[in-house]
Amino acid sequence: MFSGFDFNVIERSWRYLFFDGMEFTLRLTLFAMAGGVVFGTLLAMMRLSSIKPLAWIAGTYVNVLRSVPLVLVIFWFYFLVPYMGAWVVRSDTPIHVGAFASCLLTFTMFEACYYCEIMRAGIQSISRGQVSAGYAIGLNYWQTMGQIVLPQAFRNMVPILLTQTIVLFQDVSLVYVLSITDFVGAASKVAQRDGRLVEMYTFVALIYFISCFALSLLVRKLQARIAVVR
Amino acid sequence: MHYHWNWRIYWQQSPDGSGTYLHTLFVGLGWTLALALLAWAIALLLGIVVGVIRTTPLRWLERIGNAYVELFRNIPLLVQMFLWYFVMPELVPTALGDWIKQMPPPWGAFVPAVLCLGTFTSARVAEQVRAGINSLSRGQGMAGTALGLTLPQTYRYVLLPMALRIIVPPLGSEFLNIIKNSAVALTINVVELTASARAMQEYSFQVFEAFTAATVIYLLVNLVVVLLMRLIERKIAVPGLIGPSGGPAPAGH
Repeated sequence: MFSGFDFNVIERSWRYLFFDGMEFTLRLTLFAMAGGVVFGTLLAMMRLSSIKPLAWIAGTYVNVLRSVPLVLVIFWFYFLVPYMGAWVVRSDTPIHVGAFASCLLTFTMFEACYYCEIMRAGIQSISRGQVSAGYAIGLNYWQTMGQIVLPQAFRNMVPILLTQTIVLFQDVSLVYVLSITDFVGAASKVAQRDGRLVEMYTFVALIYFISCFALSLLVRKLQARIAVVR
Repeated sequence: MHYHWNWRIYWQQSPDGSGTYLHTLFVGLGWTLALALLAWAIALLLGIVVGVIRTTPLRWLERIGNAYVELFRNIPLLVQMFLWYFVMPELVPTALGDWIKQMPPPWGAFVPAVLCLGTFTSARVAEQVRAGINSLSRGQGMAGTALGLTLPQTYRYVLLPMALRIIVPPLGSEFLNIIKNSAVALTINVVELTASARAMQEYSFQVFEAFTAATVIYLLVNLVVVLLMRLIERKIAVPGLIGPSGGPAPAGH
């Protein structure tokens, strides 16, 4: 079945694939996860806020972004970010923003919606008495949230947050539509240059499968451990 | 900032010769819906089969089902698209591969895209079907056996009718997902809604008008599906159950 194929292409290009492509993918995944969790937690706090306009803004933001395809969001931000940059630095012309910064902003804003829903469920799973106790000993809203509610919510949700991060790791491949050299982008460049589409895409699928499967097994283990502690 | 808004662009002729830009967008929407609906049929069919075999007492069948779900869940959709489009025709027998490669333009990409979305979603449907069957009390299956039904009959007449009604709400959100995921088909040149908006942006340079239109259309489609699902859920709800409650949001899209 594989008689006409040339798997040497992987040996020739693996440095490029991993040190250029995978490096970009991992860097983007980790930074977007950090940004997404922070922004997502803020969104969750807004959605649960008793200040109605805040709750409404966050709710609309999350629901709209969750209703459109990620590919479309990537295009939106790709064209919007230069204008946003111009607005921030008060420039008259759209400014140039690097590929990584633009993608990081896109994925942070997009994945924050999913992290938000996870954190909201996490916060809602904490008993109301905890909040009352916080207020009773004289803590204010931020102290109660930061020192009592969020640490517990975060801890309970760690497995689901990590599962979402595996989804994010896979989603990052979609920056391909902007011709950026992430892992898939790098593989596709080599594939097209050498005419080795079958070998390269099979290899890419294999690498993704191994890494995502291993990570999801780890998450499952972690989940079991957390469950035992409680 | 110097961006020239031109909201009348939708009624101008698009250079692809088919009509206005708005018309182009609606043709794109048509392809999005066709993709989503056909893939959904595959996803339901395969998903139910795989979900069922993951709950049977036969260990080797369960293993095959688990492997199937893990395979489709751990590879990015984009890469799966490439596998169906670039790799699959090379691995099947030469005659079939040539026939696939020679399919006329929209179909050559459309068929692999439907297969890709269908199988990808079937793994997620299978997960819901399994959860639905496992949520039933064990007594239901035992009652089936006690009545003298065979295993297939127990599934057909006892377990599946209940499980499928219970999982209607999560299946609804999977259907919303399949509409959104169909946008990934633009990477193999299926000109669905997002690709039409992108084409409109490239021809007219009206970036934000093009993407605004696509976003609004996606939101409207979403709204229609949500309303339809609400109707179906009410019709199909199992009497006597508390009904769908908002549990913690699972990860994923």
